[in-house]
Amino acid sequence: MNRLFDVRAVIGGMFTLYGVIVTVLGLFDSPSEIDKAQGVRINLWMGLAMLVLGLLMLLWLRLNPLPAQEQPAEESADREA
Amino acid sequence: MSGLRLDVNFVDYLILAIYFITVLGVGFMARRAIRNSSDFFLSGRSMPAWVTGLAFVSANLGALEIIGMAANGAQYGLMTLHYYWVGAVPAMVFLGIVMMPFYYGSKVRSVPEFLRRRFNRPTHVFNAVSFAVAQVLIAGVNLYALALILQALLGWPLWLSIVIGAAIVLIYITLGGLSSAIYNEVLQFFVILAGLIPITVIGLVKVGGWNGLVEKVQASKIGDAALHTFSNTANTDNPLGANWIGIIFGLGFVLSFGYWTTNFAEVQRALSAKDMSAARRTPIIGAFPKLLIPVVTVIPGLIALVTVQGLGAGEGDLTYNNAIPLLMRDLLPNGVLGVAVTGLVASFMAGMAANVSGFNTVFTYDIWQSYIRKDRPDGYYLRVGRIATVVGVVIGIGTAFIAAGFDNIMNYIQALFSLFNAPLFATFIVGMFWKRMSAWAGFWSLLLGFLASLTLYLGYLGDVFTFNSDLEESFWGAGAAFVTAVVVAVVVSLFTPSKPESELRGLVYGLAGSSTSGETIVAADKVWWRNPVLLGAIAVILAVVLYIPFW
Repeated sequence: MNRLFDVRAVIGGMFTLYGVIVTVLGLFDSPSEIDKAQGVRINLWMGLAMLVLGLLMLLWLRLNPLPAQEQPAEESADREA
Repeated sequence: MSGLRLDVNFVDYLILAIYFITVLGVGFMARRAIRNSSDFFLSGRSMPAWVTGLAFVSANLGALEIIGMAANGAQYGLMTLHYYWVGAVPAMVFLGIVMMPFYYGSKVRSVPEFLRRRFNRPTHVFNAVSFAVAQVLIAGVNLYALALILQALLGWPLWLSIVIGAAIVLIYITLGGLSSAIYNEVLQFFVILAGLIPITVIGLVKVGGWNGLVEKVQASKIGDAALHTFSNTANTDNPLGANWIGIIFGLGFVLSFGYWTTNFAEVQRALSAKDMSAARRTPIIGAFPKLLIPVVTVIPGLIALVTVQGLGAGEGDLTYNNAIPLLMRDLLPNGVLGVAVTGLVASFMAGMAANVSGFNTVFTYDIWQSYIRKDRPDGYYLRVGRIATVVGVVIGIGTAFIAAGFDNIMNYIQALFSLFNAPLFATFIVGMFWKRMSAWAGFWSLLLGFLASLTLYLGYLGDVFTFNSDLEESFWGAGAAFVTAVVVAVVVSLFTPSKPESELRGLVYGLAGSSTSGETIVAADKVWWRNPVLLGAIAVILAVVLYIPFW
């Protein structure tokens, strides 16, 4: 099972994308949308929060990649996935 | 139904679509790492503890759970916290500290397999078949519930949601097996939280913060009782209608230990961990998020109680079960709304995928390989596992359509199969700690314990026995099952021969053998923050401390 990719890449990638989409949306929220959310710019805040989560996951993956044990030959293919 | 319809737009659908694509992508990528049946069914026992721990809690965080706990929050108030702090955390910690060495150390591939080695084949068949049937039916129930909610929120026809939900789960599990399920569960965990947090935040702003919520709840129809957990539990004069004995022993001990420690759909996550220490930490790591999940389920329930006029209707849009969907409709703008819809969809798929991945493993290893086609090459069983997944999902779809024809069938199926858990826990705990317990004692304690709770349940349905509530019945049913199973285990053991000790190595306390006493445990425990006992103690202490402000 050593060739399995890292789940941090999946979470990091998807949340970074979600973060960008929702943050951009939050920047252009109409007053009626902000009113609906009781005056909280929730798209902006949640967008930024998801962006941070996504980037932290990617950073963690970068700083602490899968340990190269057991099957070192296949390890490089592993990290790319 | 149109009253619950959400005002979703392109961006919301884009967010949902990205999620579907990611989930399928995980399936395709996980497939490349599968070379044998152990990779498919147990992720090759290679997962780090934080991944299995989050998957462990996520497998339980199905949408029925989220929607149900928010509904309970609105109906019973903070007493719903018992389902988390009494009814989950202690059992999760017990599983990690006490039971996991037996499960993981004996290298069994499933919970039924443990029963086969500890007891005998009849015990094994009884448990494997009942588990497999239950998982498929419950997967269908999850699917039907998903379809109902998507019909209400997005206006999708029932059949469309059932087919799409089933197809996605089918594809990613058939391709990637348990790894795919576990990775997606970890992803789902974050998506579910990202969907629920905005509801809590905006809801609290709307009611004027925590103090505003307290004042408004005191003025609501449950009143101040909704803000307490243990006061007035000397009698049953409280929102839940249960006394502290029922809560601690019925919910906290028998029901919860039965569910968390013997349910293979949960235990399987820990069996996929990379070593003994990671396996033991799996449920304990899961316990920490479990402590805090009520913030995004029970509190929204209370917010819905005080902000949604007329919540608590017997039928229609304003039932307690719609607490979360109603708040989504009222409070979330497009964008986070898409994330919340995705979170709900994700949680249904998490529940269903846990059922399906538990089913295919038990079906392949415990039914097909044990009794129908033995001694084939490994690749054969890998194929069987994939076919079992397809068949399981197709039967699940069938169940979903049947469930659509009956109002309350979902509740009955869930309740019926919870009947298996309480006696199972009793059989396990006696069998793990008493080496004298005989093979046939395992079978009879399981069967008669199940029949005891079934009798109470059917008697309750048929008005032969009366209880204050479904909940009270479940406490007593579980209690009866547990006591019966223990008594039968002891009595039958006295009259039948016990198994030789050589066959019980690694399966019974005191006969651990080399597998559980290996250096792995000690080595991993050198770092204090990886010590299961310490982490478990912290989780239980937190559960007690968290009660203090809500006594």
